[in-house]
Amino acid sequence: MSLELLKAAADSNQWWALAPEVMLACAALALLVLELVLPRAEHHKIPLFAIAAQAIVLVGVFLNFDTNWLGESTFGGLIRHSNWGQIARVFFVLSSLLVCFLATVCLPRTRMPRVEFYHTVLVVTAAMMLLAQSDHFVMFFVALETVTVGLYILVSYFRDNPLTLEAGLKYLVMGALSSAIMLFGIVLLYGAVGRVEGANGAIHTGFEFGTAAAFLQAHPDNFLAVAGALLVLSGVAFKIGAFPFQIWVPDVYQGAPTPVTAFLAVSSKAAGFAVLLLLVRNVFAPLQSVLVPVLSLMAGATILFGNLSALTQRNAKRLMGLSGISHAGYLLLGVIASFTVPWAGGAVWFYLFTYLLATMAVFGVMAYCTGENDADHELDTYDRLSRDRPFLAAVLAIGLGSLAGIPPLAGFLGKLILFIAAFQAHLYTLLAVAIVGVVLSIYYYFGWIKAAFFESWRPAFSTETATAAPRTTPSLFGTLTLALLAVATVVLGFFPGPLTSWLIGK
Amino acid sequence: MFNNAQLLQVAIATPLVAALIIALGLPKRFSVKLAGAAFIVPALIALWLWKEFPADAGGSYQFMSSRATGLGAFGISLKLGLNGVALPMFVLAAIVGLAAGLYALRSGAERLKTYLMLLLIMQGGLLGVFASIDIFFFYFFHELALIPTFIMVGIWGVRDRNYAAMKMTIYLTVGAMLSLIGLIALYVKSGAETFDLIALRAALAHEPLAATLQNNIFGVLMFGFGILVSLWPLHTWAPLGYGAAPSSAAMLHAGVLKKFGLYGLIQIAVPLLPAGAQHWVWTLALLAALGNVLVVGFITMAQRDLKQMLGYSSVMHMGYCFLGIATLSTVGTGGVVLLMVAHGLSVALLFMLATSIHHRTHTFDLSDMGGLAQRTPVLAAFFVAATFASIGLPGFANFPGELTIFVALWKFSPWVTAVAVSGIVISAIYALRAAAKIFFGSPSEQFQRVAAEHPPQDLDWQERLPALILLATLFFIGCWPRAVSDAVNSALSAPAAAPTAHVTAHR
Repeated sequence: MSLELLKAAADSNQWWALAPEVMLACAALALLVLELVLPRAEHHKIPLFAIAAQAIVLVGVFLNFDTNWLGESTFGGLIRHSNWGQIARVFFVLSSLLVCFLATVCLPRTRMPRVEFYHTVLVVTAAMMLLAQSDHFVMFFVALETVTVGLYILVSYFRDNPLTLEAGLKYLVMGALSSAIMLFGIVLLYGAVGRVEGANGAIHTGFEFGTAAAFLQAHPDNFLAVAGALLVLSGVAFKIGAFPFQIWVPDVYQGAPTPVTAFLAVSSKAAGFAVLLLLVRNVFAPLQSVLVPVLSLMAGATILFGNLSALTQRNAKRLMGLSGISHAGYLLLGVIASFTVPWAGGAVWFYLFTYLLATMAVFGVMAYCTGENDADHELDTYDRLSRDRPFLAAVLAIGLGSLAGIPPLAGFLGKLILFIAAFQAHLYTLLAVAIVGVVLSIYYYFGWIKAAFFESWRPAFSTETATAAPRTTPSLFGTLTLALLAVATVVLGFFPGPLTSWLIGK
Repeated sequence: MFNNAQLLQVAIATPLVAALIIALGLPKRFSVKLAGAAFIVPALIALWLWKEFPADAGGSYQFMSSRATGLGAFGISLKLGLNGVALPMFVLAAIVGLAAGLYALRSGAERLKTYLMLLLIMQGGLLGVFASIDIFFFYFFHELALIPTFIMVGIWGVRDRNYAAMKMTIYLTVGAMLSLIGLIALYVKSGAETFDLIALRAALAHEPLAATLQNNIFGVLMFGFGILVSLWPLHTWAPLGYGAAPSSAAMLHAGVLKKFGLYGLIQIAVPLLPAGAQHWVWTLALLAALGNVLVVGFITMAQRDLKQMLGYSSVMHMGYCFLGIATLSTVGTGGVVLLMVAHGLSVALLFMLATSIHHRTHTFDLSDMGGLAQRTPVLAAFFVAATFASIGLPGFANFPGELTIFVALWKFSPWVTAVAVSGIVISAIYALRAAAKIFFGSPSEQFQRVAAEHPPQDLDWQERLPALILLATLFFIGCWPRAVSDAVNSALSAPAAAPTAHVTAHR
């Protein structure tokens, strides 16, 4: 092998562009090795390694945010590096960091193996990061399947709990169905586009986002292609839990272990929206006239379904799932607006970040308020929380308030900015639906806060002794994390400057 | 040390910072002192700014300051200042806040620290609402003040508190959401791309919106703000909520926060959407005259529970405010501002005294009371004075307010005026009857029993002081209404577009 060859190989080396993903995958493998190498007594340190590795990746992505690869396409057009891709990287690593933190709280309560959990979370996160940067349907599908398969494992992780197994099965069946639908859509698009000869004799296919977009631009009425696009979007709708693909949400959210529920609620939903924005702003942009009505119907129905079904819900995890559906609806508003209002995509990301902070705060509190069986998590568990654990109650109130969109919390600004975008895009009917949704959501979010704060009336000489609700005192690390989430939610509500200028850059 | 614009900021920041310090775990002894100071400082600053406010301000804002919060891209910045309409409301918020705060300090409520903290947040929000020139922050501060109300009703409320808190939350959220949509609509449709009220006014005066659009936006704002002010038939949260709320929260909400909607109509909706206002005035006038004044007036007469009665009577008085706004005249609107201040002071006083009465009779039921005046003459004197103020007897601030509204209303429609004036009779009936029932006549059996167990003490100085503050202000404005009306008048009669158009400067 000559020196020139090595030099050429070094020059064309693009792996550095994927350093965060590669590092996460290596860390995932290193976890398994550590389990083999370390004595059993030291195993409890492995999660800390996972958290540290992710923190390093997070810092790395931050430092290299304006990397030279921005705008470039690497790996033969499989990946395209963009600003949103970078934002997505930050989001997913941050989210999985917090999921790992939740796991350190929840996993020790069970006798399940621990290391594999963190391993899978890291791999799934790396796949989500790739997904958000893909520029090719093959890359897209492979990344998406990696995510989905990883989540099949995670959802049914507490395999001795029947509810968890049920959740796992439901997620598997529905997930497989949606993957099949999406794959069918991709194939239809591929078939419709066919082989396109490029400028210098290169052959392009409908797998490439650019080629597919050019084809759709030229033939926006091609039935096969439109059908393919709709099927692909159906697959994505499953990920974000949008109507009519939301039916799996409550059962799976309830049955899945709490950290996994948080992972589904935040990362998986955000991955869906990252992909949706990618597709809508890129490949499917020419199909605006078809997609806007379809997505609008979907958004309206999603908002109403999520809020109405959450109204009477007494199980906290199902409530998070159903209200999460409504959040998907609000976010869809932003996606639709992004057809006409260019900065609306940034508004979606801003909303997702505020949603991440608030949701993780709520799940953090939930993790400390569960007993043996964490699928059995009724709102009554929160009775007198504000007396027993004032700190947890305060964090819970801030998280739920932000989700409900109450000023001065960050969630309010997220909604406000989305609504302004929707207004500029003239989505008046949808806005009216969204307002109804917000008002409905106040009912159930406040119902939860009420359960934690307002003491329910008890007869003075009641014979039944109130069973003590399961509560764990947070460790110092846990307290700090929760406090950080709550403080960030409040501070961003007052001073959103850094995040808005970063995401929306308007 | 500070200039006036900075003083305005200090006034808003003091309660919020004090709340933060208390939340961080200040011991109870210091918390009480700090809270007291944090209620006094804004009140002093408000009085100082009142004195400093130039008589010839016209429609312009004084004591202005502006701060970026990172939403400059959306035309949002923390812009503070007071104009002639905002000034009286700001002073009202500071004084009622002081009285409510002083009353709360001695209330001995369970978990007093949290209670004071929430009250301080509410106070900060209230001061912020009326000092905001940016309508985003106008809304933001309103919600900041509203959330503690819900929590206070839920935790420290009396019977039905859970139901009342939930009902209030839902009604007021609907109202707030509608107003928010209306405000966003103004922001988007005006083309000014800014939430700055001065710039919005200039932009819309230069190029008014189409008539249909004005009608729609005004309608949304009218009902949104209307729910917040308890416009009939969307008022049912008010008596229930006030009936359940702890006294200081009821004082601040009924006295000050509720005026947010009226203030929004006067400062934002009517001047920015004149054609829309024209379109809706009759709806507003009829709802207010027949609904708020007549129907609710009769309902108030039927009340047997003191706090419920006060809640309904405050809904009724809001009817006069709506009527004054519906005249769309300088005189009528000026009367509304005066009445808002007067009503805020008098209703706060009444809610406070109602709680003091409850401490002595252990009931809110009017039929279980009687003869309290013999035991507590000072309390009786205060309550009767507050009752006189609230039914609009000359000498108190309510009188000039109602009078100017009626004068303006006569030009608008004599028939509506006739209905409105008959409301005065209704309110005289129920208010005087309640005062007579509580304080005079022979003591009921129930009261005699309670009095035997807990001999009622007259108001002590810690209760007299807040009552005195409120009553003195009522009396001062009643005797010299120009202290308020000059500024209001010069602000309202200023031409819609100030010559100093800020459209481009604030982009």
